[in-house]
Amino acid sequence: MGITLPILILALPFAMFLILGLGGVKMSRKLAGVLGILANGCLLVMSYIVAFTYFFSGDSEFILDGVRQQVQLYDVTWLAFTERLVVNIGFILDPISAMMLIVITTISFMVHLYSWGYMEHEPGFQRYYAFLALFTFSMLGLVVATNIFQMYIFWELVGVSSYLLIGFFYKLPSAVSASKKAFIVTRFADLGMLIGILVLSYYTPTFNFLELTHNPGAVMASTGGATFMGASVLTWAMVLIFTGGMGKSAMMPLHIWLPDAMEGPTPVSALIHAATMVVAGVYLVARMFPLYLEVEASLLFITCVGAITAFYAAVVACCQIDIKRILAFSTISQIAFMMVSLGVARPELHDGMGYMASMFHLFTHAMFKALLFLGAGALIHAVHSNNYTSMGGLRKYMPITHWTFLIGCLAIAGIWPFSGFFSKDEMLAAMYANNALWGVWMTMVAGLTAFYMFRMYFLVFWWEENPHYKEHKPHDAPWQMSVPLIILAAVSCVAGFIPFGEFVTWNRLPYHIHIDWVGVAIPSLVIAACAIALAAWLYMKKNTKPAAMKNAFPVLWQAANRRFYWDEIYMFVTHKIIFNGICRGIAWFDRHVIDGTMDGLASMTQFFSLKIRGMQSGSVQTYVIWYFIGAVLLAAITWICLL
Amino acid sequence: MFGNLLIWFVIVPVLMMAGLACCGNSNMKAIRTVMVTGSIVLLAMAIWLVVSFLSLRGAGDTSEMLYMGSWMWYAPLNIHLAVGVDGISVLMLLLSAIIVFAGTFASWKINPLPKNFFLWFCLLSTGVFGFFISIDMFTMFMFYEVALIPMYLLIGVWGTGRKEYSAMKLTLMLMGGSAFLMLGLLGIFWHGTPEGVAPTWNILEISHYASIDPSWQRLLFCFTFVGFGVLGAMFPFHTWSPDGHACAPTAVSMLHAGVLMKLGGYGCFRIAIFLCPQAANELAWIFIILTGVSIVYGAFSACVQTDLKYINAYSSVSHCGMVLFAILMLNTTAMTGAILQMLSHGLMTALFFALIGMIYGRTHTRDIRQMGGMMKIMPYLGVCYMIAGFASLGLPGLSGFVAEMTIFFGAFQDADLFHRIFVIAATTSIVITAVYILRVVGKLILGPVQDEHHLTLTDASWWERLSTATLIVCLAGIGFFPNWISETISSSFAPIIAALNGVI
Amino acid sequence: MDLSILWYLVPAVVMFCAGVYGFVTRKNMIALLISLELILNAADLNFVVFNRFLFPGSMEGMVFTLFAIAIAAAETAVAIAIIINIYRAVGNTDINSVKQMKY
Repeated sequence: MGITLPILILALPFAMFLILGLGGVKMSRKLAGVLGILANGCLLVMSYIVAFTYFFSGDSEFILDGVRQQVQLYDVTWLAFTERLVVNIGFILDPISAMMLIVITTISFMVHLYSWGYMEHEPGFQRYYAFLALFTFSMLGLVVATNIFQMYIFWELVGVSSYLLIGFFYKLPSAVSASKKAFIVTRFADLGMLIGILVLSYYTPTFNFLELTHNPGAVMASTGGATFMGASVLTWAMVLIFTGGMGKSAMMPLHIWLPDAMEGPTPVSALIHAATMVVAGVYLVARMFPLYLEVEASLLFITCVGAITAFYAAVVACCQIDIKRILAFSTISQIAFMMVSLGVARPELHDGMGYMASMFHLFTHAMFKALLFLGAGALIHAVHSNNYTSMGGLRKYMPITHWTFLIGCLAIAGIWPFSGFFSKDEMLAAMYANNALWGVWMTMVAGLTAFYMFRMYFLVFWWEENPHYKEHKPHDAPWQMSVPLIILAAVSCVAGFIPFGEFVTWNRLPYHIHIDWVGVAIPSLVIAACAIALAAWLYMKKNTKPAAMKNAFPVLWQAANRRFYWDEIYMFVTHKIIFNGICRGIAWFDRHVIDGTMDGLASMTQFFSLKIRGMQSGSVQTYVIWYFIGAVLLAAITWICLL
Repeated sequence: MFGNLLIWFVIVPVLMMAGLACCGNSNMKAIRTVMVTGSIVLLAMAIWLVVSFLSLRGAGDTSEMLYMGSWMWYAPLNIHLAVGVDGISVLMLLLSAIIVFAGTFASWKINPLPKNFFLWFCLLSTGVFGFFISIDMFTMFMFYEVALIPMYLLIGVWGTGRKEYSAMKLTLMLMGGSAFLMLGLLGIFWHGTPEGVAPTWNILEISHYASIDPSWQRLLFCFTFVGFGVLGAMFPFHTWSPDGHACAPTAVSMLHAGVLMKLGGYGCFRIAIFLCPQAANELAWIFIILTGVSIVYGAFSACVQTDLKYINAYSSVSHCGMVLFAILMLNTTAMTGAILQMLSHGLMTALFFALIGMIYGRTHTRDIRQMGGMMKIMPYLGVCYMIAGFASLGLPGLSGFVAEMTIFFGAFQDADLFHRIFVIAATTSIVITAVYILRVVGKLILGPVQDEHHLTLTDASWWERLSTATLIVCLAGIGFFPNWISETISSSFAPIIAALNGVI
Repeated sequence: MDLSILWYLVPAVVMFCAGVYGFVTRKNMIALLISLELILNAADLNFVVFNRFLFPGSMEGMVFTLFAIAIAAAETAVAIAIIINIYRAVGNTDINSVKQMKY
């Protein structure tokens, strides 16, 4: 394969960002939209060509003896730190990056198209498309990174595009503070990642993924058995690098930014905060998986973090009112699923199936979660509110949204034959294979997932019609918004039948997926069906059961609704302790102690000079007396000395 | 003498002063013509210097310094006007020329006494350019003082707020630093040559003799490092910076934070470390502690300030602390990062101060609590402010990222626990920087409009656009294509590293 | 009879001390001026005497004395002019009334 397409894949969205961003506000709304969508369409086509060539051409460059190869299509020097430690910007093509190319460009194109309808009346339309292009560029750069430093560069860039897009409605203080929070929390996580990279690169002197992952044993050896506080430095490095992933993928305890990030426009939430950017953490672990395998403690850490997060987010999602927040927590929970699946993957357990399952779920989740978010966008577009209390009974008014949303819910609940079933089944199988604890735990989370998704579904589309509909009759969205919904729904129906194991595995050898009906699939299907039935029983028709349940456990409900007070804890630590305590303390210290010392030196000088100045009394006779005394003394001293 | 390109960097500002002297007192047109012509000539010369320097290097000229020249100035003390540049000073000259250019446009409507303002401004530039071309310690020191004194008048006369106090404080503290510096330089002068060789001020000659006694080196290293460190806003000698910057007029803040503070960092490695390498190896830890404190301390202080200029002044303390910190790591990568940070911080802070000046010129307040929603009112300035902010918090694609990363990766080469702790402490500054930058951006640029009266304000005029756009292009230029700059710098560090390794 | 040097020096010392005492204690500026003249003349006397006794062959001491007398005259003129001006401004010639000429 030539390098023209890979270069264009990165250059085109960046060029679009510059054109739309520097074009001022003079461009017409239509031109900006068409430009953005066209460019993204070209990008979609190019990425598909690249990915499909990679998977299906059978070229020996890409597949050799049944093993899919990792190819660096180009890799140019960007900055040399030392002679050996060189940062390159390049394009790696391997199963996961090719898969991510498809995911990113597909969702990005859907969102571009959808936004044309959704953002039609918003000011700053052109700015919006410019930011979307910037995000697409950064995300693509992230997934095709040939080295960890390139990944870090684009990691920061996706962070900033996320910041800009969350704060798109910059006049709203809530959007501004949400964007700030998202950036700072992920920046804090990136600090860990940076330190991890520093440690890793100190020992290995290389950033390159291929050099790192093709011989993890050599990496381990290069650390020379160095340890720090009882753990090997490689463990530290990998855990610290994973911290960056925890921030971007909203794992506990760094998850607090993602629910707030829903202040951004809904298509943005679909693109960034559901399908692509938030899975960067999963992608990072997958990218460095052989190294993580080398230090199993870090995989255990990943599994624990994921398992706790998945459960926490699922519980919280059951008690939210804002539909976008429910989806946000569901995203956190699903990403945690992928993390656990990566964490439990071992080469000896079904040929590392957990890795494949995680990537498979990443793929299917991107599709159905984007679908759900775009559906939620259509709902919000129709009723102008984020809360399900303003909705209810919408199935008659918005049939397209209803059916596509239902497909999304079935997919995420893991019902056959929708895509979520297949990927979730593989993940659960991998977990059971590792340790029954993880399997049982995560099956329970899967049940909760089905429950809260259908709780939302019934409350929005069934329950009781909102009286406001008489004034504002809700209706389906325009075609620009409906078409992406239908496409994504179709994908969610069929994506499960993709033989994913043929394409993406940890050792890049084909793996034949077979569904373990008895051990895993049927039980989880039964649990999901029960959860859906429970949701239907509670929420299908308007009744008092939910309120009664809420009143039965007021403390629990309140705690879950307030997300177990994580935000309050963070507020306390950042505002009360760091801001008011440390920052103000240091500022006070600076003004009064450091500067005070300097000013003190000056005023001391002044004090003494004022004292001395009194000697110049203006009285000539005093001067004469002093002069006389001085002369006599001098004479006396001279005389004594001469003697 | 006039055949040497470098000497013209001093002559052109002097000619500009002569030209200004001929202008009428309030003849803005003539004054601007002189200033614009002069600063364009300077910029063109600087670019030409960079290009020809790189082509000479590319052609295989490996001598330590290029464009050398030396003319006797005062024979009894062996003082020369000795000039010469390596890759670092070339880039510093370019930076100065860019900021003089941008500063000229940023003070397009300076009032009152425009002619006198620009006269002092040119004198300041003379000092700055002279400092960077000199390789004779005495003339270097002289130009340093030439750059310092106009600052007093520029702040005292054209400043705002408590300007007399700040001007006095700044001048006195920097003069205090100069006193240490003078002691150190005299010590190097008298001890820099072996027995039987006449003392010399020439840096290169002294470094070749390498004959300063180690016990003297320790003293002289501390003197010179503290002397330059005061100018580089090293904790705890940084307090002139917040007050000074807050009261200085726009162009002076730009030149001061952008270039003058770099004199400190430049002097630290060119004199303190280069000439006293043994002491540098022994005593670097003292200053690593001080500068490490500077980095974190400045960043935390910036978090609670409410005056825009104070925020940037404390942020400068943090960033300049990073420069000195990296220099003290005594390896090529970190020192390269230090110079990159100087360039980056120079451009970025100049941009910040220019923007603050422009916003202040419209709203007449610098208190972030009284402003908001500037993006709505003046989108151009708002976008520029955000770009400056992103450069400051180290966004890839802008210069700050390149500089900080080079520093961190260079600093991490020292494997002992002491260095590690300080490097990791320094890396936390990237988070704290994000906090205070986004706090300002969130309050000032984004959010709802705070004051109804601000709605009638206008966006940037063409000279303001020119000034800011120049700086942004340079920021992005370094951010996108860092390697040639990084290579130019790191190859210039070879003599210093050789001096350091000679004694390890 | 030959007068010894002491015959000259003792009056000079007496004159000098009287001058200093007067200068320190008197309040009137004219009186101060007179005291000053006493000090000057004491010094002049010393010049002449030392010249005469130690270097009888040379005349420098004499010349300096004449020179000093001339200067003293000019100085007195300037001083009196200042005193008159002060008198016009302040209304008296008390030395304590012009203390503000400090700092």
